[in-house]
Amino acid sequence: MSDAPPVAARALVKRYGEIVAVDRVDLTVERGDVFGYLGPNGAGKTTSLRMLLGLIRPTEGSAQLFGRDPVVDGAKALDGVAGFVEGPRFYPYLSAHKNLRLLADYDGGDARAQIDEVLELVELRERQHDHVGAYSHGMRQRLGIAASLLRSPQLLLLDEPTTGLDPSGMRDMRDLVRRLSAEGITVLLSSHLLTEVEELCNRVAIIRRGRIVYEGRLEELLATAGGGYRIRTAELERARMLCSAQAGVDDVRVVEGELCFQADEDAVAALSIALGQARIGVTALVPQTASLEDLFLGLTSDDDEPARATREAIVA
Amino acid sequence: MTAVARVYRWEIAKLLAQKRTYLGLGAAVVVPIIFVVVLVIQSGNGPTDVPLGRYLRDTGLATPFVVLFFMSIWGLPLITALVAGDIVASESHNGTLKTILTRSRERGEIFAGKLLATFSYTVVLVFAMGLVGALAGTIAWGLHPLTSLSGTTVPVGHSIGLLAASLAVYVLPLAGIAAFGLMLSTITRNSAASVVGTLMWALLMQLIGVLPGTESFRAYLLGTQFEAWHGFLRTPADWAPVVRALWVCSLYIVIPLIAAYLVFLRRDVAGE
Ligand SMILES: Nc1ncnc2c1ncn2[C@@H]1O[C@H](COP(=O)(O)OP(=O)(O)O)[C@@H](O)[C@H]1O
Ligand SMILES: [Mg+2]
Repeated sequence: MSDAPPVAARALVKRYGEIVAVDRVDLTVERGDVFGYLGPNGAGKTTSLRMLLGLIRPTEGSAQLFGRDPVVDGAKALDGVAGFVEGPRFYPYLSAHKNLRLLADYDGGDARAQIDEVLELVELRERQHDHVGAYSHGMRQRLGIAASLLRSPQLLLLDEPTTGLDPSGMRDMRDLVRRLSAEGITVLLSSHLLTEVEELCNRVAIIRRGRIVYEGRLEELLATAGGGYRIRTAELERARMLCSAQAGVDDVRVVEGELCFQADEDAVAALSIALGQARIGVTALVPQTASLEDLFLGLTSDDDEPARATREAIVA
Repeated sequence: MTAVARVYRWEIAKLLAQKRTYLGLGAAVVVPIIFVVVLVIQSGNGPTDVPLGRYLRDTGLATPFVVLFFMSIWGLPLITALVAGDIVASESHNGTLKTILTRSRERGEIFAGKLLATFSYTVVLVFAMGLVGALAGTIAWGLHPLTSLSGTTVPVGHSIGLLAASLAVYVLPLAGIAAFGLMLSTITRNSAASVVGTLMWALLMQLIGVLPGTESFRAYLLGTQFEAWHGFLRTPADWAPVVRALWVCSLYIVIPLIAAYLVFLRRDVAGE
């Protein structure tokens, strides 16, 4: 396999009539990345992944996987690549085992010998002879991973793999992604969940309305934010007034019964003394690590749409 | 095994796992049985207005020919459309098209596999119907020499050969209908629309053929080719309708297939 990066999308555009689903997207995923493709619903994540997988043709631009373009090279561009967009789909009238046998035959090579192993890995061994039509969403999702692993991929493209799963299903899926990454598989994973990307990914691209608003290392993005603190106190209103009047303390807000603000360390030290002198008892004063939600606000607040609405959309 | 053969094998496996396949195949073999039972119950002679109808009770070998005539109007076109109209559309609908298109097979290979499976189904339909018709007829009326359309007597062995040849040319127009169904299935992505559309196409071809004023091009309509086997049952054999069926049906097969192929190669596979 060549030295080309697992994913290299350049100025990718997909238009559906008036709608620009994906708007000049550049993406580079390096070997070993767990790359988070983060954006709210309708941002263009699935459309981007469809172009990577060769399911749809870009209106403009190109996408390459290990240096091969699906539009030019067809199925060969998917050598060493596996994944699914939206929910993985199977023949409902065939058993899981038979579905995998079909896909293994489509792949050729020794894929067939690995069916038992991958079914074991996703814990579907016991139900392998049931028709997929009788499978739950979570089981289908896991079968989707099994089907992908049959290809012994070096790159895994997963479109919102935890969407629709219950909390334990989500945990299992994330554990699986971590395990596969530890085995050396490069992963590109789309998500509308900030926490998920934060938990799993080392690099991210944030997409909104078809456009990339940030691409880079997660730590770097996290480092640009910070300086947030919160205070828990019984005298919320007095504390709020004091904070608002305090020099070096900005952006004072009440969030879920706690006082949040921005300040540097010296200002926080001064504030704690001032609170003591004002006889305001504090049960907690803690620095807040910036979440991706905050970052998203910062990245998109200069946009036309109110940032607050976006925040709600992305948290939803 | 070549790639196309592998895809083909699984297309057959999918067909064998689906109810509609058996529904169609079942209908194709039940119709001649019902036909024979009904004719056994109502005595007399006939149907006299149908080729070989007059000799129906003379030998079981006449049964499949008469059934071929009746089934060409809408029976077999419908059964063929049921599978051909579904073979791509159902995968679009179920989302499995994206599943198989993200494996190591080229789109062209998948299309070829589907095409071969559709044609195989068509061949099986016709021959199953012919075989069951001949068996049911033989049980009812025995195995005797057939009277040809020219009035000559054809020995049993030779008659069976003529039946096989007739079934084979009968497959051609049906394959034309299957190709049309495959095209609609690929373009519309909607199974029901494709089945209905294909049946309408087949009926239209029949309808135009019986309208007055269409004599000049009647020989080149798809529906007309369902009668090409008559050529085999004349003495001496009349090859003209058979040869014409060969090339006319080729056009009715190839043109929709090219359209379907080009669409399948390039189309966006998105949504359900
Ligand atoms: N096949 C299609 N036809 C028309 N519009 C589409 C199609 N697919 C996606 N879109 C539109 O493109 C935009 C991006 O959709 P999508 O890529 O599915 O977003 P995401 O996966 O991030 O939720 C949406 O506005 C969606 O309505
Ligand atoms: Mg999506």
